[in-house]
Amino acid sequence: MIERDDSVIVTVFVRFVAPLANLFALYVLLHGHYSPGGGFQAGVILGATRILQALALGREALGAPWHGPRLLAVAAAGALLYLLTGVAGFRDGGAFLDYGVLPLPATPVKARYIGILLIETGVTAAVAATLIAIFDRLAVRERR
Amino acid sequence: MSEPVLAGLLGLLVVLALVALTAADLLLAAIALGGYGFVMALIWAAIGAVDVAFTEAVVGAGATTVFFLAALLRTARHRSPVPGRMRWLAAVVAAGTGLALAAVSSALPPWGDPSSAPARHVSPRYLERALAETATPNVVTAVLADYRGYDTLLETVVIVTAGLGCWLLLRRDGE
Repeated sequence: MIERDDSVIVTVFVRFVAPLANLFALYVLLHGHYSPGGGFQAGVILGATRILQALALGREALGAPWHGPRLLAVAAAGALLYLLTGVAGFRDGGAFLDYGVLPLPATPVKARYIGILLIETGVTAAVAATLIAIFDRLAVRERR
Repeated sequence: MSEPVLAGLLGLLVVLALVALTAADLLLAAIALGGYGFVMALIWAAIGAVDVAFTEAVVGAGATTVFFLAALLRTARHRSPVPGRMRWLAAVVAAGTGLALAAVSSALPPWGDPSSAPARHVSPRYLERALAETATPNVVTAVLADYRGYDTLLETVVIVTAGLGCWLLLRRDGE
């Protein structure tokens, strides 16, 4: 079982860094259209931040959807968001994963831009939740 | 990036790999592998593959190291001896694969060659049309998420499936 770290330096540092890292993950996700990065990298940063918090502040500090089987539901929901975005491409005789025909108030090109953002969000949820789920299982040593 | 720096990074890669392989303390081996991932990320960045470098840095140097450390918490910190015969078999397979790869490496196109086969197939079309078709200046994102969306969808499914497999395999008694 991962316990809360006793060192004040470690806990204060993690409390300081975690929100910044989460913000950076959001930036990597949203700015993936313009700079290196995207859903996968954002998901790993988000997951690693949660793991860092679990290591330093104890597993209980993570809060509701971030431990237990619910993580698997978040991961599957991410993949489902991707799949549904793809299926929505069938609209108006379109092709699977063709975001250009998504029912959005936008030109086909802009709809593709938004479609990419949608599926990247799904990837972020799937990757982050999977990482935390594996760590959650690895880190809990014995039953209390 | 200059050739000597790249050669130095590749040399560091070999040193870190040897440390990870030979260290009796598996904590040291895990940290050395983390360093390996970081140096690998620097090499990707040096040859212009910034998206791959980003992924390597967060996965290879970050997440994988934490998983190894967590696995060490649940198992032993020192390696158990491998039977002698297996070691020789492993050495022969590894050396054979390495020599075969080195022998054919001269047949690869020069790095950055615009007339090589991969650069002439669909890449020019993506580079020319991605911005007009998807309004996404980062062509890597446009290719991964739109042109090759099928691949990325199934990769995401693979990740979720792998997580589910780990979750089930690592369960404790009575769950």
